[in-house]
Amino acid sequence: MKTYDLVIIGGGSAGLAAALEAKKEGVDNLIILEKEPYLGGILQQCIHNGFGLVQFKEQLSGPEYAQRYIDLVNENHIPYLLETMVYEITKDKEIYYTNKQDGVCCIKARAIIMATGCIERTAGAIQLEGARVSGIMTAGLAQKYMNIEGYMVGKKVFILGSGDIGLIMARRCMLEGAKVLGVAEIMPYSNGLNRNIVQCLNDFDIPLYLSHTVKKVVGKDRVEKIIIAKVDDKMNYIPGSEKEFDCDTLILSVGLIPYNPLLEKLNIALNPKTKGVNVNQDYESEFEGIFSCGNSLHVHDLVDYVSKEATLAAKGAVKYLKNNKQEEKVYKTVAGRGINYVLPQQFSYQKDSKIDFKFRVSKPFKACSIVIKNNDSVVRIIKKLYLLPAEMEIISLDMNAITNPSDLVFEIKEDF
Amino acid sequence: MTYDVIIIGAGVVGASIARELAKYKIKVAVLEKDNDVGNETSNANSAIIHSGYDPECGSLKAKLNVLGNAMFDTLCKELDVKFKRIGSITLALDDNDVKTLKELQIRATKNGVETSILSREELLKIEPHISNNVKAGLLANTAGIIDPFNFCVHLMENAVDNGVELYLNTKVVKIVKENDTFIINDKFKAKMVINCAGLFSDEINEMINPKSFEIIPRKGEYLVLDHFDDDFVKHTLFLVPSIKGKGVLISPTSSNNYLIGPSAEVCLKDDKDTDKMTIEQIKKTAMLMVDNIPFNQVIHTFAGIRPTPANHDFIIEEIKTKNFINVAGIESPGFVSSPAIAKMVVEDFIINRYHYELKKDFNPYVRPYLHINELPFEKRKEIVDRNKDYGEIICKCEKVSKGEIIDCLNRSVPPHSIKALKKRLRVGFGKCQGGMCQSYALHILANYYHKDINEIPYDSLDSYILLDELKGAKD
Repeated sequence: MKTYDLVIIGGGSAGLAAALEAKKEGVDNLIILEKEPYLGGILQQCIHNGFGLVQFKEQLSGPEYAQRYIDLVNENHIPYLLETMVYEITKDKEIYYTNKQDGVCCIKARAIIMATGCIERTAGAIQLEGARVSGIMTAGLAQKYMNIEGYMVGKKVFILGSGDIGLIMARRCMLEGAKVLGVAEIMPYSNGLNRNIVQCLNDFDIPLYLSHTVKKVVGKDRVEKIIIAKVDDKMNYIPGSEKEFDCDTLILSVGLIPYNPLLEKLNIALNPKTKGVNVNQDYESEFEGIFSCGNSLHVHDLVDYVSKEATLAAKGAVKYLKNNKQEEKVYKTVAGRGINYVLPQQFSYQKDSKIDFKFRVSKPFKACSIVIKNNDSVVRIIKKLYLLPAEMEIISLDMNAITNPSDLVFEIKEDF
Repeated sequence: MTYDVIIIGAGVVGASIARELAKYKIKVAVLEKDNDVGNETSNANSAIIHSGYDPECGSLKAKLNVLGNAMFDTLCKELDVKFKRIGSITLALDDNDVKTLKELQIRATKNGVETSILSREELLKIEPHISNNVKAGLLANTAGIIDPFNFCVHLMENAVDNGVELYLNTKVVKIVKENDTFIINDKFKAKMVINCAGLFSDEINEMINPKSFEIIPRKGEYLVLDHFDDDFVKHTLFLVPSIKGKGVLISPTSSNNYLIGPSAEVCLKDDKDTDKMTIEQIKKTAMLMVDNIPFNQVIHTFAGIRPTPANHDFIIEEIKTKNFINVAGIESPGFVSSPAIAKMVVEDFIINRYHYELKKDFNPYVRPYLHINELPFEKRKEIVDRNKDYGEIICKCEKVSKGEIIDCLNRSVPPHSIKALKKRLRVGFGKCQGGMCQSYALHILANYYHKDINEIPYDSLDSYILLDELKGAKD
């Protein structure tokens, strides 16, 4: 059985950046396993721009952003296998995969980086009401049909959910001549980036119905009509608030879920908030030698941060491979008031180091402070004009600022 | 086009009769309105092979359920269909229910079904997740779970392999009888017609007979949970029956998912809508049986419609028109009864009357299906080394290979739609519900049928998925 120092599962934005960083740090015996027939993952269908502002200080389309990494992977002769599906990872880090060339193979890894991305929440997962007809599709699938396959998905489109892909697809459908009748969002605020609300909805006069959801899909063979209704703060329909739209397509942009079936099979617990594994500052999971990053760890809103995170996971894996890990006391991060989750969930205290803590708020805040507490003493306060669940916050914390290490609590204090 | 027998409807009843008739030297056609077999009631039910303790003693339901149940081991072996006798437990929540369990046990004995009553302590040993409400249960070991989609498909596949002709997308709109010959849609001729049109069997009957029965459509909504723990629930769990049917059940499925439902609401024949209120009610009822059901694992909700007859027993009869046989009102336990119904219809109405001979070359077996994900790795390797298509995984969630899809397409009842493929191989059945694989599946179907991918429907011929190509897409 062939043994690799590092196996990276997934050749999307996270996997590519992780592979490059590991290679840079001197890991030569590595491989990327990718299930699709191409590298780059979901970026390849994101033909709009807005990628790369952080990493490259310029606006790139998804395929352009991916290509920069793919070119580097090729220049550095990092091996990868395409159309390769991993069946199983064993407790001994044996990886069973299959593809057309090799049949079914088993390789052994000293370390594994999981970069398997996320999947979209479906009509079934949100228990969409009404008929089960053709014409209900997730935004990512609609995007694939339009941008990779080159086919129109509908003439009169309604969009449920204001996630970023939904907003991007609203504009995309308009540009291809479809009518986009509206976007309904069950929450009282949008779940997409503000720039997407402006550029994809406002610029095209597409109405956004906040606190609304689809109450019923009507149709015999294909979607013929949808009925939306307003919901109260307990998510119950408000009688009399129904609006009907004649349409042939309902695009769903109702959330992304980290895709971790391989880790679930290994019985590694998934965090109920992130739906990814719990990690430490090296992005190592509770399973020694298995690292996780990108959208399979937690859903990101910008690919640039996926690439950055993957780099940190690769550094962690390299450290693990070099056996540089010392037994250190481990502390927890706690998501306090107003915080949905904090990542990493665990960290060890090292003097002269910095840790990037990432978190999302559980609802929008205006004029507030992020308070980081340690043993009830305040480590840091950061004032913010606003905080939105759609935007991941990153706070780089100098460990030297902490005198007496203990668990760190993150919370939001509203300023009045 | 002249046949000895025409069967209207390719649900589990029509398919069972077709396969039974395929054993004889007789020319048979099946006319199906949908774009696939088993696409209506047979496609959306509890997927349960009931033991037969429940139907009223002396009813056709009781007789055919028990007879049918015993036939499934052989049938599923011949037809290569997933079937497991996992047993069912009917749960009692209060003293009144416990009394009912005892009555049910007496009924079970009369129906010829072996059961035992288990105390709460005994139940906890075999089903540790039952709720605090549960007082006792009636265990019937002969109950089972089945893959209902492939049972219908493989029955018809075997029937077609043995000479039966299947016409999909052929809705019966007109039946006349001239002399001794039935003429259907001015095109299909037959000596005998078997009406297995399920929900629409009353309308079909009335094309040639005076109204003699009515089908009341009754909707059942269900939730499907993803694979999360193979041992969460090990038996099919029911609540003590109410007047509205058998009530809500929780059951593992033959694909290691969990099924929860159904509701029971009178509806229109084409109303397969799901609604939040009903789904929430089902969840509440299910929680009476089992604690901590992970409803965050729901991957799908759906509704099926049962063809309920007014008198609540199966209608298997020839009324005014000779050689026009109604097989109607086959509601629960219709699926389990279908093989026994088929035997009864074929023997009583056809063979006893016309004495057709048995074929000597009838082959009861379908060509075995290969499921790459169910084999040990060594075996998978051997297979992929022989045929590379088995190394190309199309459905990532359920791990279905291109090889399996191509094999399916090369069979006598192949899938013509995304839904038909999903029913056969579980492509798009998993967590992502086809988000990752549907485009690949479209390409494989389109390639096989020499079509463009926008010509492959989701289900019916009118249920298109894609419109025209975008301008410049192929440049």
